[in-house]
Amino acid sequence: MIGAMSFPAKEAVLPATDALRLEALAIGELRGLDLTIAPGEILCLSGASGAGKTRLLRAVADLEPHEGEVWLGERAQSSLPGHEWRRRVMLVPAESQWWAERVGDHFPRDEIPGLAALGFDREVLDWPVSRLSSGEKQRLALLRALVRAPSVLLLDEPTANLDDASTRRVEGWLLSRIHEEGWPVIWVAHEPAQIARVATRHVRLEGKRLVEEVSAPCK
Amino acid sequence: MQVIALAWWQLALAALLVVALAGCTVAGRLGMGRSLLIAAARTVIQLALVGVVLEALFAVARFHWVALMALAMLLMPGGEVVARQKRRLLGGWAFGVGTLAMFLSSFTVAVLTLTVIIGPEPWYRPQYAIPLLGMMLGNTMTGVALALDRLTDGAWQQRSLIENRLMLGQSWREAIGDLRREAMRSGLTPVINAMAAAGVVSLPGMMTGQILAGTAPALAVKYQILIMFTITLGTGFGTLAAVALASRRLFDGRERLRLERLAAPKG
Repeated sequence: MIGAMSFPAKEAVLPATDALRLEALAIGELRGLDLTIAPGEILCLSGASGAGKTRLLRAVADLEPHEGEVWLGERAQSSLPGHEWRRRVMLVPAESQWWAERVGDHFPRDEIPGLAALGFDREVLDWPVSRLSSGEKQRLALLRALVRAPSVLLLDEPTANLDDASTRRVEGWLLSRIHEEGWPVIWVAHEPAQIARVATRHVRLEGKRLVEEVSAPCK
Repeated sequence: MQVIALAWWQLALAALLVVALAGCTVAGRLGMGRSLLIAAARTVIQLALVGVVLEALFAVARFHWVALMALAMLLMPGGEVVARQKRRLLGGWAFGVGTLAMFLSSFTVAVLTLTVIIGPEPWYRPQYAIPLLGMMLGNTMTGVALALDRLTDGAWQQRSLIENRLMLGQSWREAIGDLRREAMRSGLTPVINAMAAAGVVSLPGMMTGQILAGTAPALAVKYQILIMFTITLGTGFGTLAAVALASRRLFDGRERLRLERLAAPKG
């Protein structure tokens, strides 16, 4: 299992990337959110449905009007054009959408690392989108986002449509990629077991505030 | 050749037949009788009024009266464009975008056609200017209304898709590109069909009118071709401008999709 790899051995090749910092962010019911996610850190975000997890991610990706500022290293969200910010701060939604006929048309190039690791042949690029199952769509949506070389990942329940075996496979692959690239990650998750497996920190949305869960296992 | 005069009683005969048709639909419980009669009454009243206005306008033929008439002709279809939208842009944008697009295209093409191509003396002579502008505005209105409706309703239907494209780092232009193409196609299909079918499937109305009025068919054909082209130009540029302006308005300065700028459909 990739998930069982010993991470500290690879510490030396960790590329220097920027931290993601939320500063007095406010959207909807949520007010004054301050949060810093270090490079390579996976912050798991949980909370009741309707608590505003998805909206929080949308604000960080600047898809919805909000107050406050988000920083990627020294760069402010408001200092970059919207599409350039979102190319760096990549949000992968729970339900992916596909606009072209062919799967391959959604990828900027044909060279896609991780295709085999997530259980696909290269042939999948020639498939019509209509042939994909919801699980296949979810895995391909991750590949489609990561191939665009982002600086931050915002994952909205990235394994919601997957069975146990694929969930473990996707988790393992994501963890190794995150570790290689040193991305700060916000990962929306429900399942305590998954949070225990992937999180370096765990924060719960409660009412209008973020509550840090200290019970998250130390890695 | 003199046009055969029509008396009011002869029109009344035709009107009687429309009433008979309405009676038939009522008898068959088809529920169209009322709207048929209202529409027929509107035709009579509106055209009679236009007749009076045009008689007066042709009699004076002053530039400022022609310009005033042109302005009125522009503002009325502007309202019509708004009324035909399922989800129009709020805050006067639907009217503004529609009217500006029609003004830019129809007025420019009409003035160009009058001054450079037809060349009546003076160039704003109402017998030429008003019918030309009327035909262009009518068709441009249809094109602009269809394109805007396709664009705004499409943006609503495909909102998750457009946003997913934004999430992947596409610019707003890329994210709404497919929809813009669909909207352009909706707007231009009627004029393309009309050009393709002209003379084969249908005899265009203006040509029919000119031939009835005694113009030689060869000349009537030339005028009809000219009109077809100016209508296409007006509709094309009008639709282009409307789609460009409206699609920009669907996004804000941060390139976010802002669907709350659209009105909810009525009913």
